[in-house]
Amino acid sequence: MVPLPFSLPFAELEVGQHLYWNIGGFQIHGQVFLSSWLVIGALLALVVAGTRKLERDPRGVQNLLEFIWGYLRDLAREQIGEKAYRDWLPFIGTLFLFIFVSNWGGALVPWKLIHLPSGELGAPTADINTTIALALLVSLAYFYAGLSRKGFRYFEYYVEPTPIMLPFKIVEDFTKPLSLSFRLFGNILADELVVAVLAFLVPLVVPLPAMFLGLFTSAIQALIFATLAAYYIGEAVHEEQH
Amino acid sequence: MTSWLLLAAAGAPEGGLFDLDATLPLMAVQVVLLTFILNALFFRPVGKTVEERESYISTSRAEAKQQLAQTERLEADLRQQLREALQQAQAQIVAAEQEMDRLYRSALAAAQAEANGSREAARREIDTQRKLAEDTLNGEADRLGDLIVTRLLAAQ
Repeated sequence: MVPLPFSLPFAELEVGQHLYWNIGGFQIHGQVFLSSWLVIGALLALVVAGTRKLERDPRGVQNLLEFIWGYLRDLAREQIGEKAYRDWLPFIGTLFLFIFVSNWGGALVPWKLIHLPSGELGAPTADINTTIALALLVSLAYFYAGLSRKGFRYFEYYVEPTPIMLPFKIVEDFTKPLSLSFRLFGNILADELVVAVLAFLVPLVVPLPAMFLGLFTSAIQALIFATLAAYYIGEAVHEEQH
Repeated sequence: MTSWLLLAAAGAPEGGLFDLDATLPLMAVQVVLLTFILNALFFRPVGKTVEERESYISTSRAEAKQQLAQTERLEADLRQQLREALQQAQAQIVAAEQEMDRLYRSALAAAQAEANGSREAARREIDTQRKLAEDTLNGEADRLGDLIVTRLLAAQ
């Protein structure tokens, strides 16, 4: 009988353990920041490489960047509308790119090769702090979008089409960030856990389908988050036809 | 390497899945910063490039359309001119043919008239000559007759 390969380096499970840094008396999760800096660094490297020499006849990385730009513009324009989407394209696009690269980075980069004293590196979006931060930014964004575009008429949205909707709309303001953050967090963490558990049980081949599924889920989650954020902003800036 | 990672790692709290702490606001600030950086480095320049290209394409298209329309107008114009030239040439050919016909006929008529004239003159000449010859012959015959008569009478 072959004993279970417990000695393999990647077959370990750590959930809820963090690398704590203490900055000015506040605790922060160091591993989240380390991996998010890697994500941001990768994004910036791609963007800088692709926009160093922008030409009318695109070449190399510029093609990819223009494709991404067009994709994000279509997403923002479809959800927010022709009039306001330009202001919000960078925000929506950054959300999408950050979440997408985080998710895929968490799935594709062999983080286990880097040993931390505590906790482990992974997708920054698998930490509840990150997803709540993103979701709260979305809440702030749609309040700001509505208030800056319509002023206090924004609050008419709460009593339209009928004042009966008022409590539901107020509850919605709380459920939107909650669902956004937990959906992303849950999906990414669950994906990482599934892959980790499968790799723990059978280290070879068997986790591969789960890994591919994880890549798919990761992309979908980034798209869902960005689309919903754009939809909320679009809802806030939408003008009723009077 | 782990020394600097542990540098700030003070007495670690117990952790957990839903461990909310200062990571949240810092991450939010980080994402907002990333938004501004990406806006400056990515969204604005790429958007500008794409929109410039789109406007370049649309103006080029409009220009090409205009040029095409102009070309078509010129072509129609030239066709019209060609048709007119053809008609003119046709008319000129017809006129030249008529002119030639007329000239031919008049030349023919003149030649015929001249031929008739000279034939008439020749005939008249022949007539006078013949008359003259007849007169001479008659005179000669009369003289010979007279001579014969006088010789015979003289011989009796």
